[in-house]
Amino acid sequence: MIATLQQYLSFPFVRYALIVGVLIALCSSLLGVTLVLKRFSFIGDGLSHVAFGAMAIAAVLRLSNSLLFVMPVTVLCAVLLLRAGKRAKLKGDAAIAMLSVGAMAVGYLLLNLFSTSTNVSGDVCSTLFGSTSILTLTRAEVWLCAGLSVAVVALFALFYNRIFAVTFDEDFGRAVGTRVEACNLLIAVVTAVIIVLAMNLVGSLLISALIIFPALSAMRLFRSFLGVTLCSAAVSVACALAGMLVSIVGGTPVGATIVAVNIVAYFLFALVARLK
Amino acid sequence: MSLITCQDLTLGYEGEAILEGLSFSVNAGDYLCIVGENGSGKSTLMRTMLGLQKPMRGSIAFGDGLREKELGYLPQQTAVQRDFPATVWEIVLSGCQSRLGRRPFYTRADRALAERSLERMGIAPLRRRCYRELSGGQQQRVLLARALCATQKLLLLDEPVSGLDPRVTAEMYELIERLNRRDGVTVVMISHDVAAAARYATHILHIGGKGTFFGTADAYRESPLGQRFLADADGAKGGAEA
Ligand SMILES: Nc1ncnc2c1ncn2[C@@H]1O[C@H](COP(=O)(O)OP(=O)(O)OP(=O)(O)O)[C@@H](O)[C@H]1O
Ligand SMILES: [Mg+2]
Repeated sequence: MIATLQQYLSFPFVRYALIVGVLIALCSSLLGVTLVLKRFSFIGDGLSHVAFGAMAIAAVLRLSNSLLFVMPVTVLCAVLLLRAGKRAKLKGDAAIAMLSVGAMAVGYLLLNLFSTSTNVSGDVCSTLFGSTSILTLTRAEVWLCAGLSVAVVALFALFYNRIFAVTFDEDFGRAVGTRVEACNLLIAVVTAVIIVLAMNLVGSLLISALIIFPALSAMRLFRSFLGVTLCSAAVSVACALAGMLVSIVGGTPVGATIVAVNIVAYFLFALVARLK
Repeated sequence: MSLITCQDLTLGYEGEAILEGLSFSVNAGDYLCIVGENGSGKSTLMRTMLGLQKPMRGSIAFGDGLREKELGYLPQQTAVQRDFPATVWEIVLSGCQSRLGRRPFYTRADRALAERSLERMGIAPLRRRCYRELSGGQQQRVLLARALCATQKLLLLDEPVSGLDPRVTAEMYELIERLNRRDGVTVVMISHDVAAAARYATHILHIGGKGTFFGTADAYRESPLGQRFLADADGAKGGAEA
C-alpha cells in the first residue's frame, strides 16, 4: 500500500492536489465557528448552490478558467444574500431558498440543453460531489487556489479580534463604534471565496460539511474561541489529508471520503468529550 | 452642558409610537434608574441612546467631552451567547475593541485594562473558565467587566440583576454603586426593582402608560406616582414573604 502511495506521489498533479486540498481545508475551517454561531449557515448553503449554477454557466460558455467567472458571481451573491438575510427575519428565508434552489435548477437545465459533452450526468455529478476534479487542476489554477487560500488565512488573522467581537455580540460592537456591517460583509465575502475554492475539493453539495463539521468537532472539546478555531483548523487539515490519501489508494470519490473522515472525527471528539 | 440630553423623543417600531414626548438629561456622576412595566419601552429607549436604532422624532445630544461611542453597554442577554465557546478573558478583552482603531491586535495597555476590569469585578480567578459554564451572576459580572473596558465615563446597563438571587443581586447593586460613587462612572440602569432603584439611584426616569416621571430619587419618593409604585413593590414583597 505504501508502495502504491509512493508511486502516486511521484506524479506532480497528485502532489498539487494534496497541497491545494490541505490549503482549502485550512481556509474552510476558519470561518466555521463564526458561521455556526452567527446562524449564518444559510449563507453557506445558499452560496454553494449559486456556485453550482455559476459553474454550469461557465461550462456552457466553455470558459478556460471557470474560477475567474464563478468567483465574482458567488461573491456578488454573498453580498445580496447578506442583505436579504437581514430582512428575512420578517419574511422567512423564502427569498434565499428561491435564489439557491433556482440557481441549481437553472444550472442543471443549461448543462442539459447546451453542453457539448457526451457525459452530462457525469459532469453534473462531479460538480455536485467533487469526484476527481481536484486531480485535473491546471498549474495556474493551483497557484490561484494557493494564493487565495493564503489571502483568506491572512485576512482571518488580521480581523480575528473583530470577527470574535462581532460573532459574540453585534449590539455591543455597534454601541462602542465597531463597524459591524463592514465585518459582516467581510465574513460573507470570505465565505464566498472559501466556497468556490472548496467546490474544487468536495463539490458543491458537500461544502457545508467541510465548513461546519470541523467546527462542531472542535466545539465538543474546547472552551475558548481561540482553542476552537485552532483545533478546527487542525482537524480539518488532518481529515482532508487522510481523506485524500484514502481516496487515492482506494479509488473512492475524494469529496465523499473527506466528509466521511470528518464524520468519524466528529464522533471521536464526541466520545472523548463524554469520557472527560 | 449635560453628558446626555434627550429632547422630545418619540420612540417606536415601524411607524408605531410606543413612547412620546420624552425629555430628560443625564449629568456626569449621575446614577439614573429607568423603571416601568414590561413592554413600556425601556430597552427601546436604551437602544436608541446607544445609536442602535433611530428615534422617530426628537434628538439625543452627547456633551461634556463625551464622544458618542465612549460608553459601555450591558445588554439583556441574547440566545447566541448561551452556547458560545469563549473564555472570560476573551470576552472581557473584547471590551477594548473600540481602542483598536486601525490596529488588528490588542496592545499591552489594552490587556492591562482588561486585567484591571477583571479585578474590579472580582472575577480574576475565573479568567480561563468558559463563559457558558458560569452562573448567571458570574456572567453578568463578566459582561460588566467588558463594559468597563470600553469606558471610564458612562455605563448603560439593561437589567443587570434580572434572574439573580437576592444575595447576588445585592452584591451587584453594591458593585455598581461603588463604580458610581467611588470611581465617578455615570450610570444609566434599567431595573424592575423600584424599591432598589429609589434607594441607590440619584435620579429616576419612570416611563409607561400610567404617567411619566423624571427627577431626583427623593422627588420620586414624594411624588404620587412614585408612592403608588413603591407601595406596590412593598406589597409584593410582603406578599411573597407571608
Ligand atoms: N424589534 C421590534 N419590533 C417591533 N416591536 C418591538 C420590537 N422590540 C420591541 N418591540 C415592542 O416595543 C415595546 C417595548 O419593548 P421594550 O423591549 O423596549 O420593552 P421593555 O420596557 O424593555 O420591557 P422588559 O421590561 O420586558 O424588558 C413592546 O411592546 C414590544 O412589543
Ligand atoms: Mg427590556
